[in-house]
Amino acid sequence: MRKRKLSLSQKRTVNGYLFILPWLIGFIIFYIRSIILSAEFTLSELTVGAVGGYELKFVGLENFIYAFREHGTFKQVLTTSVFDMIIDLPLIIFFSLFMAILLNRQFKGRTLVRMIFFLPVILNSSAISDALELSQQMMAGGISAGSSQMAAEATSAGVDVGYYIGLFTDLAMPETVLDYLVAAVSRINSIITASGVQIVIFLAALQSIPGSMYEVAKIEGATAYETFWKVTFPMVMPHIITNVVYTVIDGFADSQVVTLAYDTAFTDFNYGLSSVFSLVSTAVTCLILVLIVGYIQKRTFYYN
Amino acid sequence: MDTGKNMNIKNRIKAITTNPKFVNNKKGMTSGLKQLLIKIFSFIVIIGICYVILAPVIGMIVNSFLSDSDKYNPMVYLIPQNPTLEKYKLAWERMDYLPTMARDLVYSCSLMLIQVFVCSMVGYGFARFNFPFKKLLFACVVVMIVIPDHTIMLPIYMTFKNFDPLGLATLFTGKPLILMSTPIPMYIMTIFGCGVRSGLYIYIFNQFFRGLPKEIEEAALVDGAGTWYTYFRIMLVNAVPAVITVSVFSMVWQYNDTFYARLFLISEDIVISKKITTLQATIANVDKILDTSIQELYLDAGIILVMLPIVIIYIALQKYFIEGVERSGIVG
Repeated sequence: MRKRKLSLSQKRTVNGYLFILPWLIGFIIFYIRSIILSAEFTLSELTVGAVGGYELKFVGLENFIYAFREHGTFKQVLTTSVFDMIIDLPLIIFFSLFMAILLNRQFKGRTLVRMIFFLPVILNSSAISDALELSQQMMAGGISAGSSQMAAEATSAGVDVGYYIGLFTDLAMPETVLDYLVAAVSRINSIITASGVQIVIFLAALQSIPGSMYEVAKIEGATAYETFWKVTFPMVMPHIITNVVYTVIDGFADSQVVTLAYDTAFTDFNYGLSSVFSLVSTAVTCLILVLIVGYIQKRTFYYN
Repeated sequence: MDTGKNMNIKNRIKAITTNPKFVNNKKGMTSGLKQLLIKIFSFIVIIGICYVILAPVIGMIVNSFLSDSDKYNPMVYLIPQNPTLEKYKLAWERMDYLPTMARDLVYSCSLMLIQVFVCSMVGYGFARFNFPFKKLLFACVVVMIVIPDHTIMLPIYMTFKNFDPLGLATLFTGKPLILMSTPIPMYIMTIFGCGVRSGLYIYIFNQFFRGLPKEIEEAALVDGAGTWYTYFRIMLVNAVPAVITVSVFSMVWQYNDTFYARLFLISEDIVISKKITTLQATIANVDKILDTSIQELYLDAGIILVMLPIVIIYIALQKYFIEGVERSGIVG
């Protein structure tokens, strides 16, 4: 039998599959299979055999019931992680956008400043960041002896927070707003360290806006304020989505839920429960992502 | 004649623009002042934020030079009274610095090369070829970026604990292979495009290749170059900004990664960022330095030693790197 000759487009189809083949195999083995296995683990009790294999005993929804009804800290840890992330998200996005706009101007020492801003990304290893936090407290005046949460927050901001809070409560600011602002200010350190990549993404976005748009705005007599809201902001809108996704994932990657799941698996050897933690937190993350991205996408007008 | 006419017009324009009648002095002044204020404001903000970022690093550098007596001297702040290199010496020794660092660099660099190779290939495949289910498969790449690593950690752990692909290991050795406490699982995952943040790199490469003009490849095709030749000798050479971006990201994240290193129980002698987590305990147990705040000085010295190579690489490449991020369309 003669071998049938492939047409050019068929050849390209085959080549396309060949190019993505390594990833495709990996994705099926390490992701699809893992997720299915994870789901299976959540429904069973896993015992590791002596030889190295493992056995599954089907227990139904027992792990879920245990996690939500009896486990001491899971619900609390999950909600804290989610709320921390939701509080941090807008702060990080606006802060990085603001910084990108500042850094987009021409000034002396721009490369140096950019380098410094990206430094936290380079140094984000867990051991290193713990030590950095300690030394941060040392720099702020050595109040590290004071162990209360407030003192730690105050030192990390480097100011006497109490005085300013008093100032604003006297002005009859709503307390919830004030609380949020105080939380934001005292988190400034973690926000700055968490927004290295986002700043670079926004910088790239700002540089991809064609200069002619600004020229038109200028000729039409738009003020800087109008130019920002009518030109800059809509044009970086798609990148806000990218940054939201990045921020949420990055925030979850080193949250307490992950630590809890890890410890449950490898210190308590309760694999089923650990899988429940992982799956539930992943589902929550994905849900939040879908909601936020969907919300922003409705308001996005430009795609490149 | 022509130049004379031009000169004439130029002179007239000059006369108009310098004529005080036509120049709005007041507006010029306020906008000048405004400009200055904005400049000062942004200068202050930038300096302030740089300080917030750099302060802990400076503190750490100072700490690592403090001697024991300085630590307890309340007069010492930022400038050590009796600077000493003793902390570095001991940290260097206890971490077995040079050999460990060399092993770690070999480990991270080899993984980085595999990452760049595999991810660029997959990214190119997605960017330039049409095949059925392409959209769905690319959605899978995005899913891979979105799913946190800890979701899949347990099954992966179980898989590599008794590694038996298609029953081959059992066929040859009689029992499944135990790959824990070796770096092999990391290599296997990276080769199959599922290493540390591979999804992101595939995405970056895909964006970059889509931005390159199609004519390059068409020219190559007309000249008789095959698909693979085109990819290796033409596209990859044109993708230098993306390659540098991904290399730096991959190098740094691989180097800092403790999650997979802990999961696969990879030896501390290979992963130095794991070794640093036990340094304080080693100092306490082996050298009998039981004062926690003195131990921290050693830890600081150790961390600076660990950070050093990665910071040097970053500083050396940062110009290309940031340009690369901006050009490689990590955006959009």
